[in-house]
Formats: sequence, C-alpha cells, structure tokens
Amino acid sequence: MTNSSFHASGDSRMHVAGTGIDAPMMSVHGVRKSYRSGAGSLDVLCGVDLRLERGEFIAIKGQSGSGKSTLLHLMGLLDAPDSGEVRLAGERIDTLSSSRRDRLRNTSIGMVFQSYHLLPELSAMENVLAPLLVRYGVLDWIRFRSQARSRACELLERFGLGARMHHTPRQLSGGEMQRVAIARALVGRPQVLLADEPTGNLDSVSGAGILDTLGRLNREDGLSIVMVTHDDAIAARSDRIVRLVSGLVEDIGEPNDAVIVAA
Amino acid sequence: MYKLILCWRYLRTRWIALASVVSVTLGVATMIVVNSVMAGFSHEMQSRIHGVLSDLVFESHSLGGFPDARWHMDEILRTSGDDVLGMTATVAVPAMLNFQVRGQWVTRQVMFIGIDKKTHAQVGDFGRYLQHSLNREQLSFDLREGGYDTHDSQSDDPTPKRPAMEDAGWPHRRKRVDRERIWREKLEAVDAAEHPTDRAIDTVFSATNNSANAEIEPLVPPVFENGDATDNALPSNETPATNDPFLVARPQEGRTMDPSQEQFVGIVPGIGLASYRDVSGVDRFLILPGDDVKVTFPTAGTPPKAVSDTFTIVDFYESKMSEYDSNFVFVPIESLQRMRGMIEPQTGIASVNAIQIKLKPGVNPEQVRDRLRRIFPAELYSVSTWRDKQGPLLAAVDMEMAVLNILLFMIIAVAGFGILAIFYMIVVEKTRDIGILKSLGASASGVAGIFLGYGLALGLVGAGAGLAIGLAITWNINSIRVGVEWLTGQRVFDPSIYYFFKIPTIVNPFTVSWIIFGAVVIAVGSSVLPAIRAARLHPVEALRHD
Repeated sequence: MTNSSFHASGDSRMHVAGTGIDAPMMSVHGVRKSYRSGAGSLDVLCGVDLRLERGEFIAIKGQSGSGKSTLLHLMGLLDAPDSGEVRLAGERIDTLSSSRRDRLRNTSIGMVFQSYHLLPELSAMENVLAPLLVRYGVLDWIRFRSQARSRACELLERFGLGARMHHTPRQLSGGEMQRVAIARALVGRPQVLLADEPTGNLDSVSGAGILDTLGRLNREDGLSIVMVTHDDAIAARSDRIVRLVSGLVEDIGEPNDAVIVAA
Repeated sequence: MYKLILCWRYLRTRWIALASVVSVTLGVATMIVVNSVMAGFSHEMQSRIHGVLSDLVFESHSLGGFPDARWHMDEILRTSGDDVLGMTATVAVPAMLNFQVRGQWVTRQVMFIGIDKKTHAQVGDFGRYLQHSLNREQLSFDLREGGYDTHDSQSDDPTPKRPAMEDAGWPHRRKRVDRERIWREKLEAVDAAEHPTDRAIDTVFSATNNSANAEIEPLVPPVFENGDATDNALPSNETPATNDPFLVARPQEGRTMDPSQEQFVGIVPGIGLASYRDVSGVDRFLILPGDDVKVTFPTAGTPPKAVSDTFTIVDFYESKMSEYDSNFVFVPIESLQRMRGMIEPQTGIASVNAIQIKLKPGVNPEQVRDRLRRIFPAELYSVSTWRDKQGPLLAAVDMEMAVLNILLFMIIAVAGFGILAIFYMIVVEKTRDIGILKSLGASASGVAGIFLGYGLALGLVGAGAGLAIGLAITWNINSIRVGVEWLTGQRVFDPSIYYFFKIPTIVNPFTVSWIIFGAVVIAVGSSVLPAIRAARLHPVEALRHD
C-alpha cells in the first residue's frame, strides 16, 4: 500500500481528499542525525523518509537505539536534522527561525512523552493550560482566559479527570498523568500529535486505556498521530506500522484494516 | 503569562531561596539605619554649628581689628542689603581665664569675645544657650537675683541636674561675701588678740578686698560699670573719713566696693569651663553666676601687651558643643574695646575684629560671600561662610558617611553571589521543566525571563523586608537604645560625649530609594548568569535530565 490518502470508514474524520489538499500532514525526507560521543560520532538516523497522511495514525516501531525517539524529536522540532527536510502540511519547517519554530511547537504540534513531563508546581488544570499560557501574554490572557479554561475543562472531563482538575501531578496516578499530558497536547488544537512511548511507564490496564484514548482521538476527531513504540502489540493498535532499524526505514508498513473500527 | 505564574509559584514554594535574600534584607536595613542616623547627626551638628556661628563672618586679619564697624556695616548693606537679616560686631582675642576654687587658682585658655548684647542674638542661636529665662529673651550683663535654671533647658528632661544653680546670682554672691566677712572677722579677732595695734591703721588696712581676691590693680583705675550703668556707678562719695596720708599711694583703698551690692563687668563663660558632671549625672560647678573671675588678654597695641581685669559671672553659655562651651567667654563689646584700647580717643570710633551677618532664609551664603569678597580686598579682610569655618569637621563627617555606604553596599553585593549560586542550582534542578516548557513552544528568552523575573521578585521581597526592618529600627531607635542599655548594662549613647540626648535620625526618601534600587539591581544582576544557562539548554537533553 502506498501513501495515498487515508480511507476512513468512520464518520466525522477529516478527509484529505475532500479538502483538496494533497500534501501529507507531515513528512520527512532524507533526514540524517548524528551525535558526537567521546572520540567518534554516532549516526542515529541515516537518511529517513516518512509520510504521515492527514487523519492517519502511524506507529514507528524499532528497538532501542534505532533512532525512533530521535526521529520523533526532529518531527516535533525539538531538535534539528543534520541534513534532510521536515515538512508540515507541505511547508518546510526545519529551517524556520527559532521564534517561528517555537510558535509551531505551541500551536500545531502536540507532544506526549513516556514520562509524562508535567510541571510539578502546577495543578492538572494549569498543566493543561500551559501551552496557552505560553502562547498568550498577560493582556491576551485576560481576554482569552475564560475560553481557555473552558477548553481545558472540556478536555479534562472528556478524559475522566473532572474530579482531579486541581490536583498536582504528585497526587495523580500514572494513567491520570498521561491523560493530563494528552489533554495538554490537545488544548491548543494542534494538527498533529506526536507520542513517544506513551504507555512505556504504565501498567497494561492504564496503558490500554491510553491507547484507547488515542484511537478515539484519531477516529472521532480525525487527529493525525505518530506513536513511537518498541512493542508489537502496541504498534498493532495503529493504522500503519513503520519499522525503523539502525536509523533507516526498513518498511513503511501497510494500512492495518483490522484497526479501523466502525463508529 | 507562564512566566508570571511560574515566578509566583517558585516564590511561594521555594522558601530556601529566601535565605539567599536575607543578606539583601540585612544590608538594606543596615544601610537605611546607618544613613538615617548619620544624616541626623550631621544635620544636628550642622545646625548647632550654624547656631553658634552666623551665616557669614566678616573679619580682619589683625588682632587690632578694623575701625568703624558702622561704616563697614553700611557698606555691606549697600551691596547686599536685600539678603541681610541682621548684623552684629564682635571683638575676639585669645585670653586666659583665672578663677579660684577653694583657694586654688584655676587657669583656662579661652576665646574672649566682646558682643553687642542688643544685636548679638539676632545672628545666631546665642540667646537659646543661656541659663536664665530672662537672659534668653534679652541678654543683660547685670547679675540676676536668682531664677537660673536648675535643669538643662535644651533637653526634654525636666529633672534638676544642676541643684547648685538654685542660689546662683545675687544670693550666691551675698552668701560668699558673708562667708568671707565671717572668716575675715575671725582672723582679725585672732590678730587683735595677739597683736593689739592702732585701730586707725587697722581700719585703713581692712579694705574690702583683703580676701584672696585682693590684687594690685593696673594703673587704669577700675571702673565699675555695666552696659547700662544704673546703680553700680562708682560710689565716689563713700571714701572713709580719715585723712590717711597713705591713701594716695594706695589707689585701690578708698574706693570701697561692696561686693554684696555691686558687681564687676558682667561675663558669660561657656559652661564647660565652669562645671563637670559627676558619676550620678549631677552637674557640679566650680564657679557660679555671682562669682568673680579674672581674665588676662592682649591689648590692641603693637606689640600687644597683656592686661588683666576682673569680671562677674552673670550667666553660662551652653551650645552643647564642647569645643565652644569650653572655650568661649563673652563680655560687653564696649568694655572689651575700652580695655584693649580699641577706641580712637579723638573720634570715639571703636574698632572691631569681626562682623557677623545673618542672611534671610533661602539666600545662598556662598553667593553673598563672593560678592563681599569682590568689594573688600582679601589682603585686609576675610569673608567666610559658616561652612568655610568648620569645613574640615563637616567634610570628615561626609567622608565617613561615604565610606560607610560603600562598605555596607558590599554586604549586599556579597548577597548577590549567594543569589547567583542558589539560582544556578535552581536552574539545574529545573532543567527538565525548562525542557518541557521549550517543548511547549516557550522561547529561550522567555525561559530566561522566568529566572530574571524570579531574581527581581526575590530582590523586591528582600529589599522590601529590609525597608520595613530598617524603618522600624530607625523610628524606634531610642527605645531600642534604652532596651540595649538595660540588657547589657552599658551606656550605649552618652549625651555628655555626643551633643544630643536622643539619637537623631533623618530618613531621606531619596537615599532610601537608591538603596532599594541598588539592592534590586544586584539581585537581578545575579540571576543573569543562571537565566542565560536556562536559555541555552537544549530541549532534548533537558528533557532527559531527571
């Protein structure tokens, strides 16, 4: 199967073909990245090509050291490739100025990490609001404060955290923390969600819950998702599995029809 | 907005960071207290010096002074009349003051100053410094019939620390004369018992001043008078009715002066010359108003000759500056001019040493001084402001203040290093959080801004606390002093050493603002390096940090 538009048998998904935009949601071309360590340098990515179609949920699977997290970081603009391109909706984003990249990270790309990465001094609600707090200055915040709060509330309720809104991360379980992190990633209505081993620190039950959540976001909201994992079973929850071995894409995978669930 | 919220959150949750700010607090508080106290001291001292010295002093270089004070005053008024509030002429010469205390002669080196009692109080605070309430209103060189203050009129303390002054004035004088008379009569009785002699010679010999005050008067006959001579004129018609052939050769006999009724020319010595404070805090006096003293001083001739005269103390001068209270001695200017031969015999115009000038409020003394200097040549005259005269003393105080400020500011600067260290550790501790923020789209400068803002907040908190503590101490300094004295049993602030009773303080808002500003600048400056480190963190590596 190729990179053609993603077919969905669900109902309210964002469908590329319908909007007339052919560009994939995100794509990387010939991306290389190496790190200097000690005497020599380590080639982590050796020329990776990847496409994420709109509304697609893909898993990047690989062993540790295969460079999958690095690839995700490059896509999330947390780092810059040594060579190659990263594109969002057809536009090149890796060469943008740092302020524009900051803006993209804030508005268009949401990230979820294995260790949740919540700010410990803030409550769940404040953590979810964090991207908006970064986005708005004091004056804008005064204007948009109530809208932002209702959006955060809505997300927290949706993920079953209504009673935990004012708890700090210390008072939340792993699964709850990850759901807060997902809510945070979504509060700014990003175009794509990047998840780095989102269930890595969770038990199987909570993990399954998170994967369910991601699946629903993809199917119901049409959110494009890239998930990094080393686990086959987890990867199987995605639409398409891309296998990464030693810094190279070995297999772009086939759409997994088994995942597509009727609404 | 995230910067604000995080700053505030860090401030509220990280109490240990406040420890780094304690130095800022202490430094600010100390600087405020020290500056206020020194400003208070400096101001008190200046106003006292200014009270003793008038705004401007116009003087000549020679001991003989310059003639015709009136003409000079008119010249001064002609050029600067609009600025002048009052003027007075003085004669001043170095002299020696001698008086007897229990049979022993005490000699003191003094500045002997002749003043015009009508105008002298106009140019300074002279009137305030006298011990009799009527003299404070208008000085008179006549001895008063009691009523001298038994407490310090310039302090708030009404307790009588000067019980000896109760009898000062005529009562004391009469008592003394009485005692001498009794003593003399006893002596005569003993003499008469041992050596019966001719009664007439006895009478002649028993002149009034056969007490220890007896002296050979100079050839100038003593004139007993005061500024406004009333009843103390020479009783020339009271010569004894004997035809004593020796009378002519003994010029002083025959002029019987009754000291219980008459006085010599009045004199006002500085109180430091005549008194001391004993261990119980009571002032004791070696001499009192009503006693007589002798002064030896140079005439105005070339070369000057030493002359002496007797004077009666009529009051004491207390400016609370020991330099003046142990030095100055005041007499009527006319007497001093006459005694020194400063009066031109044909015209009757007298010379003076100096003219003291008081300026209207708001007038700049230096301007008037410069104007007068242009008119009166510097070879003959010198014109100085009160600051010029006490320049070294005031400059020393200013320098002390400057040095103290620098030293204290170093305390705050040291605090800066503490803040730097603690902030650096906080940034290290928050590395992961910084990574998270960057992953959410926070810019490098934004992240740096969190820590700069945190530094500013800590600086403000520290300086604010320092301000509160500093002001609290300053406004209650005298209660604190009392408390410390009670606690330690030591006198912290001895009014007999310092010039004042209460520690004077002046809080200058300008100074306080500068102190706080400086402290905050140091706090913010110390957070720059950690903030830069935060800005430079790489998001991926930062996220990996535990």
